[in-house]
Amino acid sequence: MNNRIINWFKFASPQSFYPLTGRMIPWFWALAAAFGAAGLWISFFVAPTDAVQGEGYRIIFIHVPASWMSMFIYVVMAGWAGLGLALNTRLSGMMAQALAPTGALMAFISLWTGAFWGKPMWGTWWVWDARLTSELILFFLYIGFIALQAAIDDPRRADKAGAILALVGVVNVPIIYFSVKWWNTLHQGASVSLMKSPSMAQTMLWGMLVMALAFWMYSIAVALMRVRAIILEREAYTEWVRDLPEVKE
Amino acid sequence: MNALLAIVRRDLLIALRRKSEVLTALFFFIIVVSLFPLGIGPDAKLLKKIAPGVIWVAALLSTMLSLNRLFATDHADGTLEQMTLSPTPLGLLVTGKIVAHWLTSGLPLVLLAPVLGIQFDLDLSALGVLAGALLLGTPLLSLIGAIGAALTLGVRGGGVLVSLLVLPLYVPALIFGAGAVEAHVSGLDPQGHLSLLAALLALAAFFAPWATTAALRVALE
Repeated sequence: MNNRIINWFKFASPQSFYPLTGRMIPWFWALAAAFGAAGLWISFFVAPTDAVQGEGYRIIFIHVPASWMSMFIYVVMAGWAGLGLALNTRLSGMMAQALAPTGALMAFISLWTGAFWGKPMWGTWWVWDARLTSELILFFLYIGFIALQAAIDDPRRADKAGAILALVGVVNVPIIYFSVKWWNTLHQGASVSLMKSPSMAQTMLWGMLVMALAFWMYSIAVALMRVRAIILEREAYTEWVRDLPEVKE
Repeated sequence: MNALLAIVRRDLLIALRRKSEVLTALFFFIIVVSLFPLGIGPDAKLLKKIAPGVIWVAALLSTMLSLNRLFATDHADGTLEQMTLSPTPLGLLVTGKIVAHWLTSGLPLVLLAPVLGIQFDLDLSALGVLAGALLLGTPLLSLIGAIGAALTLGVRGGGVLVSLLVLPLYVPALIFGAGAVEAHVSGLDPQGHLSLLAALLALAAFFAPWATTAALRVALE
């Protein structure tokens, strides 16, 4: 074997991936905490009060990163699922399964903080705006994926069925987004628009980006922790899992 | 092509011999549509406004109700396994089953919907648009639904699960289908909606049998 090239496929096996994640998780937690602290500091103390929305706008620093992550995680999840389907690797399905709850959580946070933001700004908890509606449907897609995987006992079949659903979903997400958007503009029901927000101050943008990084690191850390648990559960019958110090105890 | 026609004929024959299953879904459609005026009140103006949405939502629910029988009985008696072993590509056979499903559960909705539309005081041209939109939309529902039916084949609580998987994917069909009729009623051209619906149908007709076949192979492993 050529030693100068890192053999990436080495980590496709749960046995070598498990210790690697064990070493990586503390770093991602540390990064998440650091970015989170910096982001919160910027968002509460550095970013100026918005001229139109007052202090209430500060929920944007949670709301926007959560929305970004909810969409991004779905694409990553579908990517892992597709990889698992194409290469028939065990780990890919586990990664997709580990990402789904975090993605659903992000979609939920995004909807919930959106409602909290909407009440003081628009005077209503909910409008049938294109973005809100498609985020809600994205949340449903996550729930469907989790429910399908939970309903199938055989983990290999659950992975493959979930992978097909995730791929069908990822093709549909843009279709759903545009259909909801056109539906909304045709109805002209909601007079408020998220698009008309005044141009953002530099510090606000920075706060949002740093918070997005914090969310990103948190998602990686949590997904890796979850994938470790899944590995232990599925590989419980193997020699190497039984020899792990944390299992032996 | 012969195999496809044979599957369509076979499934239609089975549906003909088990009429109650097909009729149950149809009466479900009629009942759901009739419940809305009872819940909302007999205000003709309001009912006319909500008619397209009500009929479309009822069509989604009724299609979903009939998705179970798409593969479940064939799976139970082993026919499905024989189909995967047959020299004819499984995708073709699946397409035949989807066509038969549409003929038994989608086409009757297209024919029934104008009658129900009259109850909601839709005029003749609006009824035509409604039937046209359903004619384009119901095959889409069968195609997308087949993916869900194949994924939940033999799974615990499959009937409820299929609704969770499929209904979010039905959203574009609902929007453009009901939107076409609404646009017509409010004096706009429904052409755009119908074109988009047809585009979605073309897309689904190409990809859905393929995804369904993959899902069936996973289920039968």
